[in-house]
Amino acid sequence: MSSTALGESDKDKTRSVSVDLNNDASLLIDIPDALCERDKVKFTVHTKTTLSSFQKPDFSVPRQHEDFIWLHDTLVETEDYAGLIIPPAPPKPDFESPREKMHKLGEGEATMTKEEYSKMKQELEAEYLAVFKKTVQVHEVFLQRLSSHPILSKDRNFQIFLEYDQDLTVRRKNAKEMFGGFFKNMVKTADEVIISGIKEVDDFFEQEKTFLLDYYSKIKDSTLKAEKMTRSHKNVADDYIHISATLNSLSADDSTAVKKHMEKLADLFEKLRKVEGRVASDQELKLTELLRYYMRDIQAAKDLLYRRARALADYENSNKALDKARLKSRDIPQAEEQQQQCLQKFDKLSESGKKELTSFKGRRVVAFRKNLIEMAELEIKHAKNNVTLLQGCIDLMKTH
Amino acid sequence: MATGGSERSSPPPFPDSEDQDPAEECQGVGADVSDEEDGDESFLSATGPSMNTMDSALPLSSEPSEVLFEPPVDLLQEPILKTEPEQAEAVTDPLDEFVDLVDLSDDMPSAQAVAAESPVVEVEALISGTPSDEPCEDFVDLSGSDSDLSEEEAALVEVPADSAGFSADPQDAIAAIPPGDLATGSAVEEEPSPLIEVDISQSSASGEKQHPQPPSDDLLFDPLADLADAVLPPAAIVKKPTQQQQPPPLDLFEDDPSDLFGEARHAKSAKQLPSSLFGEVDEDIFGEPLGTTAKKAVNVASREQRESVVVTKTSVLRARGNVDGPLNNNYEKEPTDIFSEEAVTIAPSAAKAPAAATSSRTNGVRAAEEGDIFAEATVELSLDSPRTDRKKNATAPKPSTSGPTLSSAADLSKTHSASLEELEEEEQEDNFDVNISVTNPEKIGDGMNAYMAYKVSTQTSLAMFRNKTFTVRRRFSDFLGLYEKLTDKHAPAGFIVPPPPEKSILGMTKVKVGKEDSSSAEFVERRRAALERYLQRVVCHPSLLQDPDVREFLEREELPRAVSTQALSGAGFLKMLNKATDAVSKMTIKMNESDVWFEEKLQEAEAADQQFRKLHGLVESLVVHRKELSLNTASFSKSVAMLGSSEDNTALSRALSQLAEVEDKMEQLHQEQASCDSFCFAELIADYIRLLGSVRGSFDHRMKAWQRWQDAQTTLQKKRESEAKLLWANKPDKLQQAKDEIAEWEAKVTQYEGDFDKVSATVRKEVIRFEKEKVKNFKRQIISYLEAQLLAQQQLIKYWDAFLPEAKAIA
Repeated sequence: MSSTALGESDKDKTRSVSVDLNNDASLLIDIPDALCERDKVKFTVHTKTTLSSFQKPDFSVPRQHEDFIWLHDTLVETEDYAGLIIPPAPPKPDFESPREKMHKLGEGEATMTKEEYSKMKQELEAEYLAVFKKTVQVHEVFLQRLSSHPILSKDRNFQIFLEYDQDLTVRRKNAKEMFGGFFKNMVKTADEVIISGIKEVDDFFEQEKTFLLDYYSKIKDSTLKAEKMTRSHKNVADDYIHISATLNSLSADDSTAVKKHMEKLADLFEKLRKVEGRVASDQELKLTELLRYYMRDIQAAKDLLYRRARALADYENSNKALDKARLKSRDIPQAEEQQQQCLQKFDKLSESGKKELTSFKGRRVVAFRKNLIEMAELEIKHAKNNVTLLQGCIDLMKTH
Repeated sequence: MATGGSERSSPPPFPDSEDQDPAEECQGVGADVSDEEDGDESFLSATGPSMNTMDSALPLSSEPSEVLFEPPVDLLQEPILKTEPEQAEAVTDPLDEFVDLVDLSDDMPSAQAVAAESPVVEVEALISGTPSDEPCEDFVDLSGSDSDLSEEEAALVEVPADSAGFSADPQDAIAAIPPGDLATGSAVEEEPSPLIEVDISQSSASGEKQHPQPPSDDLLFDPLADLADAVLPPAAIVKKPTQQQQPPPLDLFEDDPSDLFGEARHAKSAKQLPSSLFGEVDEDIFGEPLGTTAKKAVNVASREQRESVVVTKTSVLRARGNVDGPLNNNYEKEPTDIFSEEAVTIAPSAAKAPAAATSSRTNGVRAAEEGDIFAEATVELSLDSPRTDRKKNATAPKPSTSGPTLSSAADLSKTHSASLEELEEEEQEDNFDVNISVTNPEKIGDGMNAYMAYKVSTQTSLAMFRNKTFTVRRRFSDFLGLYEKLTDKHAPAGFIVPPPPEKSILGMTKVKVGKEDSSSAEFVERRRAALERYLQRVVCHPSLLQDPDVREFLEREELPRAVSTQALSGAGFLKMLNKATDAVSKMTIKMNESDVWFEEKLQEAEAADQQFRKLHGLVESLVVHRKELSLNTASFSKSVAMLGSSEDNTALSRALSQLAEVEDKMEQLHQEQASCDSFCFAELIADYIRLLGSVRGSFDHRMKAWQRWQDAQTTLQKKRESEAKLLWANKPDKLQQAKDEIAEWEAKVTQYEGDFDKVSATVRKEVIRFEKEKVKNFKRQIISYLEAQLLAQQQLIKYWDAFLPEAKAIA
């Protein structure tokens, strides 16, 4: 697909998904521009800072999606951040669906009028652009989450990511690593099952765990449903295009007074389709994206819980090891040290985890509030638009 | 009296020389009449003026009359003689009434008296104009002998007789139609004095309409026209302005009244006569047959013609019902019997009037039976009658007070006018007062023999129905059966018969299997609505409403089972076969279209058909998508409700469950919109796809008529060639046969050409009607569809508005 440049027009939208960012002026990051070349999207990451750790106060670097993933992975793997909710990595840019649709449209060109085709194409381009913007947005939000985090914003890798003005040329994962990642995931899942048997010592985490597990499955379901809903809404809007076009050609053939009505109706459907399309895309943006983002965020929180549970299990194991050592009267100090380390780690994780989860809860509520209000307002606005259009058309038809 | 007329054969042309005598005679008669009248005091004052008018009129008429009356000589004589006694009897009753009328109208005695007299005189003039003196004398005698009878009556009697005589001219019943026109014309006008003019108008009309007329008629008409010119110089002058006032006429009859009135205006003395004449006589005549119900309507209507159309609609329909309705059996289809029968069945007071009226009706009957050209004629005829009416009322406002009979008379003419107007100017809403609803679909029987029965309720004020409201149960195949019957009868003539919804084996099987799911319920509802619209379209069609099968369908308790509608029956197979052959023949017929209009319309219909099909598919997919959306919204709503229950923040949890509720309502809205898309929009389009099929069918029938005509022409050509060959070969024995054949085929060519013209005219009219209906219907449906959408959007605003504070309340 040809490259598409993204202007700065949608800057105001960029923060719509996750709001709970400390408006810390010391480190401001945005992605003012992005370029799509074939499968790769090149983002321009722009940073404005007052921090002394950066060499310049204002700079931009080119970054690709893989760089973001690399950043995320390094953060996750950093032991020190185990007690933090690492912001979820942005999803891979996916232009498949608009591309596929474009392909289909090309095949069906013969069955459509020129006008209809151009409208459909326009619509698809708009959809493509929306996907593109969304992609940019999620990448931006990822960086913003990092920059607004008191600890993560100090991360060295993060700073390199922002500052290094060459291509990071992150090495792509090779097959072994890919498999390794997969294997790790398997182990993790199995491990989760195993350690779930361990008795929780802290009620807060116990509750949090059940809540998050439950919530995750629910929100995943809701996300799926919301996606479907918005998609079918879009279909309805697309149908309007065809109907409008057909009405137009009908009116062109007609010689009676119906002609006028048909024209009006075609016009109306064309306008309705725009509104309806906007309803669909706004739903997508305000609702589906919200749900999707928090689905991933909860996954991140769950990861935190896992890490803590792992630490707890380690601590339990170290306790056992200590008992064993004492029984055998061998390697006691090592075991004690190990046990102490585990306890420390666990305590630290618990402490920061508690803080993180609490702030996560607040962040989630605020984000939901904001998005739901915005969505309701948009729905009302669009419906009012529709009412005006319909009323206008009815009046027109009645008077003629 | 009609009986006599019918027996006669067409008259031989008459020598010109004879006319002068009759004219003189006529004067004499006029004098006689006046003398006799003297005795009657009430008439006295009137007599003077009337006489004057008569005198002036008579000499004028005398000259041309020779030419005029050549043909009917024998006719007139005989029938009058024969019918004398009948007339006398018939007249007696009305006489009383008439007298009453006269009494009533003391205010304007002169007018009435004159009215009464003038007809007589002129009638006599007419009669006398005929070469043979006998009829006149007879007439005189008749009037004289009956001391009770005033001459007016006699005159009145005479007029119809005249008309009857005219009508009887042509030999065959079929051929009799043009004369029927004559009769109707005279009947409608009713006044003897205008008779001449009527004739004239007819002649001119015949020219305009291009009705095929027997040669004898031509003879008649031309002279008549001459006569008219000669007789009515002032009238002619007046004519022009009046014509301008009136819509450009196909209608011969329009002219007549105007002439009359014009005359009246010019000649002071004569003026009152015709008007009063019209007012009284006319109405009188018509009065009884219609019955008294319509009186009020008439009065109202008489003042404003437009209104009258609406008000008297019922009466119109009734009149029409009389024409060809099976319910009214009193009217025999045989022209001969009509007159006599009429007289019997209709109230005695109106004895002649009915006759006249009948003639007009008969005309209608025949037209209905035989061909549509004449139907048109009737239509036109009726068209102007309202105008005459209006004029009457304008000139003589009083008559309305004079008696109940008159109003009803006006009624009749109005009915005609109304019917006419409906046919011709559809701008006026043709609100046939028939309201049909199809309700209560009900499954009857079990298994594959199950079928759906529907309740068909009719609400009407039309007199052609026995009750105001009635209900029958019909099964789907009955609806199809009705359509079959209607298409068989009307489609070949070029009518667009509204089609019912198609058989749907799949949908019906579902219903039969008995799954009470939403799709089969929807199917039933959709079909119910379609059947309702179908019936409404049928009864809204002015010609189809008249069909006995339609009425039977609506009224009769038990209907014979329609068998030919079964898809898998032998009839169904035959139908398919026919369709296939039709399709083939359609492809082979290459019609070089002479009329661009038809070509354009056909192309338009075909293009529209294609586009409508496409649109239908699109709307159907819209419905599918909307249903999907509804489903998805429902599942999202459930999911959000679950999410809300899991949420540990109370406010957010509340908001989420509220959101779930909103989405739930959204689902309802989408559902409603989907069914609205389906029922209002998709069904509208489906209807039009079906209707366009019928439109194209009517074009096909026109093409077939054309083909037949062309074939006949080719055959004729061949016959002519073979005749030429025979001539060449000098075979006189076969020559005669060849000549006969040529004559036969010439007749056929003429007939087929006429058929083709008829069908073309009908198709044109029907297409125009279809388009008008389409505009109206489309607009109405679309508006209601949009309104439903509007409502949905308003609901949507309401729901989200209610949700907004909940979202804001999240802390």
